[in-house]
Amino acid sequence: MEIKVLGPGCANCHKMEELAKTAAKELGIDAKIDKVPDIQEIMKYTMSTPGLVVNGKLKHSGKPLPSLEKVTALIREEV
Amino acid sequence: MLKAVASYISYDLLKLDHGSMLGDAVEFFFYDTIKIFLLLTVIIFIVSVIRSYFPPEKTKRILSHKKEFIGNILAALLGIVTPFCSCSAVPLFIGFVEAGVPLGVTFSFLISSPMVNEVAVVLLWGLFGWKIAAIYMGTGLLVAIFAGIIIGKLKLEKWVEEYVYQIKAGQGQEVFNQAFKERLQYAKWNTTDILKRVWLFVILAIGIGGFIHGYVPQDFLVRYAGIGNPFAVPMAVALGVPLYSNAAGVIPIVYALMEKGMSMGTVLAFMMAVTALSLPEMIILRKVLKIPLLAVFVGIMAVTITAVGYLFNAIL
Repeated sequence: MEIKVLGPGCANCHKMEELAKTAAKELGIDAKIDKVPDIQEIMKYTMSTPGLVVNGKLKHSGKPLPSLEKVTALIREEV
Repeated sequence: MLKAVASYISYDLLKLDHGSMLGDAVEFFFYDTIKIFLLLTVIIFIVSVIRSYFPPEKTKRILSHKKEFIGNILAALLGIVTPFCSCSAVPLFIGFVEAGVPLGVTFSFLISSPMVNEVAVVLLWGLFGWKIAAIYMGTGLLVAIFAGIIIGKLKLEKWVEEYVYQIKAGQGQEVFNQAFKERLQYAKWNTTDILKRVWLFVILAIGIGGFIHGYVPQDFLVRYAGIGNPFAVPMAVALGVPLYSNAAGVIPIVYALMEKGMSMGTVLAFMMAVTALSLPEMIILRKVLKIPLLAVFVGIMAVTITAVGYLFNAIL
């Protein structure tokens, strides 16, 4: 599974990365989690950061950050 | 009701003397603080609910291929309710241009968004009355519309960085549908988030009004920046450029300046320059705009804001 965290490096983007890591661990998935700070790459998905992309699909964008349960649910949808 | 609470705190809880200068100041401080925080909470909450209906993706779609003029007006109005911080200015700009929003219309949005928002309006309303708040909002929108139209007319598309035009947004630009309950949750989150960021500035501003009031002569600034000095407005605008702050952060300064005799138009021009025309924002926008366009943008904004300042000094 491929998970991308979209964000230019703001505090919320780091938190989003942590959430994604924890969620993947809880689900017991072997996921490759990539940070995407490049604006041209981010723009392919959304204008609002932080964004969460699972297997090429945008699952969340913008503030507020989703809860851990929400992130877990979003990732589970794509398993 | 609020008066009663404020006087209870000042005279019964803190046991200050009725009619004493300190008692009056403290009562005024608590009255204003409670009033402004109530206003802020209610209005930010309502605006947040409205805001949840206008994520940037949707705003972009509304403005895409709009005619100029009508597009500029719509963009300035949408700037009030669309969430924005200068950190997202670049993605927004690229997204707008990519979606076919005309350059001038994009600028109207970028100008109005940080300058005219509910926090600025509520604080001006609470501290200086609804007339000043309405004037700030009205002229802020006019500046955004006017500057956007001029930039559109000048046909400056060639001074946008080329890569902006090469970006193709993916199909993923969907708008997530939210249930009304989720919108309320968002509004609650957003209200607490904004209050957490502005409360200190608000208390500072009210504190200045309540306490420093007596210590600096009322007409301290009149000599330098009163209505008699024709250079006051451009000076205030020039001073506002290196300063960068959101509307809440500039309010304590605005209050102090007004309190000490700087004229209304000059103060409003200063506030607009701080929020809409700042060095850090220029550096961020440089990623998408070439220097000549940036210079044109700064020039038009400086002239327009200065004109607004003179106008209000003349009529208020």
